[in-house]
Amino acid sequence: MDKREIRKSPYDIKQGKILDVKQMTESEKSFKIALQGGDLLDHDPGQFVMVSIPGIGDAPISISSSPTQRGYFELVVRNVGKLTGALHKMEAGDTVGIRGPLGNGFPIRLLEGNDLMFVAGGLGIVPLRSLINYVNDNRRNFGKVSILLGCKSPTEMLFHEELSHWEERLDVNFSVTVDSAAPDWRGNVGMITSLIPGVDLDSKRTFAIVVGPPVMYKFVINELLAKNIPESQIYMSLERHMKCGVGVCGHCQIGGSYCCKDGPVFCYTKVKNNIEAL
Amino acid sequence: MENLVILKKEDLNDFVMQIARTKKVVAPVKKGVKSFAFEEVTSGERIDLDYTSTILPPKKYFLPQKETIVEYDKSKKKWTPTLYSEEIVLFGVHTCDLFGIQCLDIIFSENPKDFNYILRKNRILIIGLECSNYCDENASCALMDNHNPNGGYDLFFTEIDDRFIIHVNTYHGEKLINKTGLCTKADKRDISELRLLKERKRNVFKNEVDIPYAELKPLFEKSMKSKVWDEIGEKCVSCGNCTNVCPTCYCFDIIDDINLDLNTGTRTRVWDSCQNGSFAEVAGGENFREDRGERQRHRLNRKFNYPVSKFRRYFCTGCGRCTRACVAGIDLKETINSLIEEKKGN
Ligand SMILES: Cc1cc2nc3c(=O)[nH]c(=O)nc-3n(C[C@H](O)[C@H](O)[C@H](O)COP(=O)(O)OP(=O)(O)OC[C@H]3O[C@@H](n4cnc5c(N)ncnc54)[C@H](O)[C@@H]3O)c2cc1C
Ligand code: SF4
Ligand code: SF4
Ligand code: FES
Repeated sequence: MDKREIRKSPYDIKQGKILDVKQMTESEKSFKIALQGGDLLDHDPGQFVMVSIPGIGDAPISISSSPTQRGYFELVVRNVGKLTGALHKMEAGDTVGIRGPLGNGFPIRLLEGNDLMFVAGGLGIVPLRSLINYVNDNRRNFGKVSILLGCKSPTEMLFHEELSHWEERLDVNFSVTVDSAAPDWRGNVGMITSLIPGVDLDSKRTFAIVVGPPVMYKFVINELLAKNIPESQIYMSLERHMKCGVGVCGHCQIGGSYCCKDGPVFCYTKVKNNIEAL
Repeated sequence: MENLVILKKEDLNDFVMQIARTKKVVAPVKKGVKSFAFEEVTSGERIDLDYTSTILPPKKYFLPQKETIVEYDKSKKKWTPTLYSEEIVLFGVHTCDLFGIQCLDIIFSENPKDFNYILRKNRILIIGLECSNYCDENASCALMDNHNPNGGYDLFFTEIDDRFIIHVNTYHGEKLINKTGLCTKADKRDISELRLLKERKRNVFKNEVDIPYAELKPLFEKSMKSKVWDEIGEKCVSCGNCTNVCPTCYCFDIIDDINLDLNTGTRTRVWDSCQNGSFAEVAGGENFREDRGERQRHRLNRKFNYPVSKFRRYFCTGCGRCTRACVAGIDLKETINSLIEEKKGN
């Protein structure tokens, strides 16, 4: 057997230096990471990276920061297993491997000039935040913006400071609901679908962007269609098991589509007849 | 017919020995009563020219069951994409398996290109071998139009009486032939005998399932909600044999191993199977293909439906291995027939 180095490999890994770690909730931490040598990650909102720890493996994690945030990028990671657990033990100054950015990202050019309605359930706010912040940083390129957020309970809510900022901004329509809460909670209680009928929108020029747990999509999409938002203006980001991240290993397939390469962002028209999608 | 040459059968041993002096030669050898495998040989003696389908297809040389893709060094915080490969002459590949290799070539040449595959493949010279008969009743190579060669080789051997008629398809193949110095030019008689054999094959190989080639994709498209998947799902035990032995299955897992020094290690890719229960499971417990029937539907749509949309070709070679290897007796031809019957009933 002869051995050689491969200079251009889809499995090549860049060094990412952890600049800062923040505990966000009981099981989620956020990481600020900079590529070695100041290289730009150069991602689009909605893309993801594969985070590697040698000897442990890698896992797909959404890029939570907007590309308008330069110098570093942010990941928000829930501790659910081997890699995410090891990542939670890391500190500022440690190095992780970064492969990517991968996936297609949200169709920003299509969204420009239109009204946007963001619907985020649970951890769905993590990838959606990259787009929301991008839109807020380029606010005059977009029409009306509403953000609907749902989570299990107020203690699971991420990005508290940013949420209050969105709430205060006059150019953003923000509402939040939780499944259940202590009596001191002043916001809505109920499913995220309950927020949709109340939104005042011009369906012809509204794009809905939905990210949440798998069970959420069907219900949310039904509400959006009930508001007459055209199918071609509903976008979502789907999650599947991923290994290669480049459309080969087969783990992420949704029927004939590859979530890692053709997605993770899909238009509703592309997947509505795919029986493995929703 | 400039590119046809003749090798006497009695010279095959010499031919292989000469090549084996400088390169690894791999060929079909007999392993048991009816079992065969591609293995390294150093002469022609162990090669079984009448072999029927090997248990594993030659994909194991192109996409090894386990291969290093990255080596890392923890203390240096460095990952290095790495390839281990060797020069191989792969002798005696049946036409269905030639097609299987072509399918893999397409997959791994898509962007982003997989240089572990491409660079390894470029070091393998392929010598095909014509089939004059079926391997057994499980094959459906005529249905898939793979009983005759459709390219994908450097040299192609057709055995006729006391000699091989060899089609020299590439410059690499030509160089190999010249180096051995054992071949002579084919003459008119050789060519007409070759033509006769092809004609005889037309009477041997007949469409094994009663459906035209072009109708296979529509059949699978219309059968997404078929009961046949439930029936197969009841029988299947998710052992993954069918995907392991399939020449066009290439799903993999990626695994990190650490060396004894606890500092360096490798990232390897290993064959995986969409038939494994946890293949499509994600954090939170959601499993997108929980049901065995759904997984079998997926496997066969990846042969008869999805790749046709993407690459305009079926990814089933008709080799019959999945049927032979199935511990639950699930039979590909029967499955297709059941789908046809069900559609007729509707
Ligand atoms: C496009 C995409 C974006 C994601 N973004 C984020 C994010 O921003 N933040 C976050 O916390 N999580 C995110 N995830 C989920 C995250 O990838 C998984 O939680 C992680 O892979 C689990 O790895 P582990 O080694 O810690 O768990 P393991 O110990 O391997 O297993 C724990 C559980 O996770 C499942 N799992 C294992 N590997 C994967 C995988 N590659 N993809 C999906 N599930 C897997 C297992 O089936 C098991 O149920 C994202 C997933 C995808 C596909
Ligand atoms: S699906 Fe079965 S018959 Fe078709 S190529 Fe794979 S193993 Fe051979
Ligand atoms: S070989 Fe048979 S039993 Fe095993 S996974 Fe395939 S279909 Fe199921
Ligand atoms: S993660 Fe490997 S194909 Fe998508």
